[in-house]
Amino acid sequence: MNRRARIAVFAVAAAGLAALLVASVVDLPAFGHYQGAYGNQLNREAVAERHTTNVVTATVFDYRGFDTLGEEFILFAAVVGVTLLLRRHKDSEDHQEVLRKADDDRVRSDAIRIVGLLAMPALFLLGLWLVAFGLVTPGGGFQGGVLLAGSLFVVFLAAGFRPYAHLTPAHWADSAEGSGAAAFTLLGLGPLLAGAAYLHNFLGSGVRGTLESGGSMTLLNWATAVEVTAAMVLLFSEFLESYVLPSVRPLQ
Amino acid sequence: MSYLPYIVAAWLFVVGLYGIVTSRNLIHLAVCLTVTQSSTYVLLLAIGYKHRATAPIFYGVPVGSRAVDPVVQALTLTDVVVSVTVVALILALTVDIHRDAKTVDPDEIEAFRG
Amino acid sequence: MIPLQLAALLMVGLAGTTVVLMRDPLRMTILNAVYALTLTILFLVFQAPDVALSMLVVGGIAYPIVLLAAIARVRSGGDE
Repeated sequence: MNRRARIAVFAVAAAGLAALLVASVVDLPAFGHYQGAYGNQLNREAVAERHTTNVVTATVFDYRGFDTLGEEFILFAAVVGVTLLLRRHKDSEDHQEVLRKADDDRVRSDAIRIVGLLAMPALFLLGLWLVAFGLVTPGGGFQGGVLLAGSLFVVFLAAGFRPYAHLTPAHWADSAEGSGAAAFTLLGLGPLLAGAAYLHNFLGSGVRGTLESGGSMTLLNWATAVEVTAAMVLLFSEFLESYVLPSVRPLQ
Repeated sequence: MSYLPYIVAAWLFVVGLYGIVTSRNLIHLAVCLTVTQSSTYVLLLAIGYKHRATAPIFYGVPVGSRAVDPVVQALTLTDVVVSVTVVALILALTVDIHRDAKTVDPDEIEAFRG
Repeated sequence: MIPLQLAALLMVGLAGTTVVLMRDPLRMTILNAVYALTLTILFLVFQAPDVALSMLVVGGIAYPIVLLAAIARVRSGGDE
């Protein structure tokens, strides 16, 4: 159907959808009067049971750990899809070929390189801190993982494509991502083989407020951080490669 | 006034759909999809909110003080990170389509004719 | 609801609308980053610091990179 017909059908459908949404929303409890029992119970019990002061991270990795397993595999599948689509370009099959053919776009400005040199370790440390203390204060594997990948990307911004490609070779990123996903699954599988439930917390609870809180949640946290970092680095590398290879450069 | 967050969530949903339907650029379409997705984040967090309550982090805060719901926050935070990879997949498809069709306008791509 | 939440909600609605209405992909990328910032502020005001952290790193690092690389690739008109 052509464009006008499509917009006309959408207008009718959107009016109906909007009416339905508004009608359903006014029956919800008013904003600020949360009435669920599950959330209140978690807030009361989680700190005593798991010794983690960050109840949200405890929910992500322990109480609703199965949902996180599903999300990890969405991440994994999407990155596999991107890799398959973008690596069909014939130049990008061999890592050495990529490095040889990429234009020499080394950054010449000293100021930018110095700022990058200082910023990259600082951001990397910040990312590690976010992941490590995710069970105590806001943070966790997901947030820290993206920040770690960003700190590696700063190398591209401050120095050029070749230093970045040397730092993040494709086979490392591939294996790190696979092992992160596998580690999460196997950490859940271990307790199953020992007779407890899948993803059961098998290391005890540790001391609350410190880095040892949470038991096996800490391991799941780090497995997630490794996987998210590697997935983001793979994404950035694939998109950058399809941009910097000379056969696809814009004509000057 | 107490239903404003839900109205904003519904508005974002419909506006995102409008952007997807009337888009002339596949990259613009991917971003409109994220607008639609973020309406669900607003809705989830609005459901979990309590008046005069604090965040569900009890470092230095006595356990038992009024806190908002942690479960909706857990669902939202993993979703935010995973949605980036889904958008990246759509953008990779766009780049691939551009290689063959030399255009990113959905109205001009032969394979999309319904 | 406190006025800060009201202001944050209205800004989110406005920013989302402008993202959809802007057709040029490059400007839309900048507006998307602004939209991510308004969402971060909204999540903070709704007492959700973890979610605000996620939205901040994702909207500030991951989205601009993939969007800009895709736009640059599509604009180059690259030949195989």
